[in-house]
Amino acid sequence: MSDLADQTLYSLRGLLETGQCSAREAAADLIARIRERDGEIRAYVHLDEESVLRQAAAADAARARGEGGELLGLPVAVKDVLNVKGDPCACASRMLKGYVAPYDATAVSALRAAGAVLAGRTNMDEFAMGSSTENSAFFATRNPWNLDCVPGGSSGGSAAAVAAGEALAALGSDTGGSVRQPAAFCGCVGLKPTYGRISRYGLTAFASSLDQIGPITRDVRDAAMLLKAMAVPDPLDSTSVDVPAPDYMAALGERLDGLRLGLPREFFSDGLDPEVNRCVLTAIELCRKLGASVVDVSLPMAPHAIATYHIIACAEASSNLARFDGVRYGFRAGGANDPVELCCRTRAAGFGPEVKRRIILGAYVLSSGYYDAYYVRALKVRTLIRRDFDRAFASCDALLSPVTPTAAYRLGEKIQDPLQMYLGDLYTIPANLAGICALAVPCGMTGTALPVGMQIMGPAFREEIPLRVGHAYQQATDWHLRRAPRHGKAGQAAP
Amino acid sequence: MNEEKRGDCSRIDVEYVARLARLDLEPREAELFQRQLTQIVEYIRALQGVDVEGVEPMAHAVAVENVFRGDVPRDGLDRDAVLANAPEQDGEHFRVPLIVG
Repeated sequence: MSDLADQTLYSLRGLLETGQCSAREAAADLIARIRERDGEIRAYVHLDEESVLRQAAAADAARARGEGGELLGLPVAVKDVLNVKGDPCACASRMLKGYVAPYDATAVSALRAAGAVLAGRTNMDEFAMGSSTENSAFFATRNPWNLDCVPGGSSGGSAAAVAAGEALAALGSDTGGSVRQPAAFCGCVGLKPTYGRISRYGLTAFASSLDQIGPITRDVRDAAMLLKAMAVPDPLDSTSVDVPAPDYMAALGERLDGLRLGLPREFFSDGLDPEVNRCVLTAIELCRKLGASVVDVSLPMAPHAIATYHIIACAEASSNLARFDGVRYGFRAGGANDPVELCCRTRAAGFGPEVKRRIILGAYVLSSGYYDAYYVRALKVRTLIRRDFDRAFASCDALLSPVTPTAAYRLGEKIQDPLQMYLGDLYTIPANLAGICALAVPCGMTGTALPVGMQIMGPAFREEIPLRVGHAYQQATDWHLRRAPRHGKAGQAAP
Repeated sequence: MNEEKRGDCSRIDVEYVARLARLDLEPREAELFQRQLTQIVEYIRALQGVDVEGVEPMAHAVAVENVFRGDVPRDGLDRDAVLANAPEQDGEHFRVPLIVG
């Protein structure tokens, strides 16, 4: 069988269970695909082929013994921000070059326990700071739909790998949209679970009150499968919440009868690209035909989300990244005479520009004289944003919006203008601030053949609602079945 | 200075804040960041216009409670694996430049 790399997790599981292929064959096919395509896509920063084949062979052996979990033999790629014991974990930063994870993140050990094969580490914006993966200290990743465009970020390597057939599914992390935005740019499904749903232990911290691990997949069913495997309470993360995860697969169906879907008008305002708007409105109309009722709602504080987010996220980042001092991990600059000089020089040479900007902004909003005016004020606006969502969810089961105001832009287009880059996250950030769950599903293409995504936001700990909406939508459409063109084969070489 | 007045003050002294954050900046970098961060501070300053009178700050989306576990000894990380990641170590300790002369 030659198309194992193009399967979903669910369909490959069927093939494995019925003995139509082995996990080792699937892993070998996947490795062949990565070798063929990653030269132009550059989704991976590390791939230990031997380890992938070994894990797959172990899964086959377990199956032969009648053992194994829900994900037995299914390969999942991992963003370079999550610790996988024995693998490098550089967070795409020079600061952590050569760092080898001494333990598994809880989300990773949960996948292992379910039998998954951990297959390679994907590129990202350094320390998950960015929206285009251009801030990687290694290299930029390209969008499989158009090699001149960014894949989005910060989980751009994960989304590009899934879109290019170089991964069946991948883990990302989402602090302000870093799973959903690259999923939308690459035509994939991306889920940001509720804050607290998946343990953050072993996820290198960027902004601890906002970070959440999430899957990037080819369809909604696969996202449900991965969420179920990772949604386990963890004593190693005090913010991991013990709310039992329902059977997400059982919640999936073909109809949306009885569901009330809200359209927050602030998410369809000026600055929204007309093509994106058209795709999302068409998708919403389909949801109505599937039985849902659609109503207008308002989240009046949403326009303040970007400012609120950057104050809080940068404040937390400046604190979290203080640990990189040239003593315990990775990189150390030479020539320092005392520990303070060592720290200053190491951080100067180890961090890239976006990380430095955010650390400086974070230190600024926390500094004496500005703490109340910026940081505490942002925490209060965060309360107001959360109240908006509470009000909206009192009358709606889920909220629908675009994921991004535009489709993917060109490499280099925004990298010199950080504020412009930040403004692209206006529809994804509110869900992180409120701590709710949100799902991105492909819902159309622009005239230039770039994917467009629809966002489905649900109340805290109710992931089954966005999953149900997204799955029913996918049963009635084929956007998620379209595959990115093979540029190399079509003779359109990367520059 | 009262809170309102500080909020109006949108100036950010990048070199000073970078020192607080233990970050050496090249002169060209400091100049670039000064320009970019002035623009960003100008943007986030818009929050000063939001009425937050009487609103409680929200540090976390879920109520954070202390999590206790049984007082049972267990292994920490393997020392060799942890030290192997350090830029300089002597098999038992992290090495740093002389702190007290």
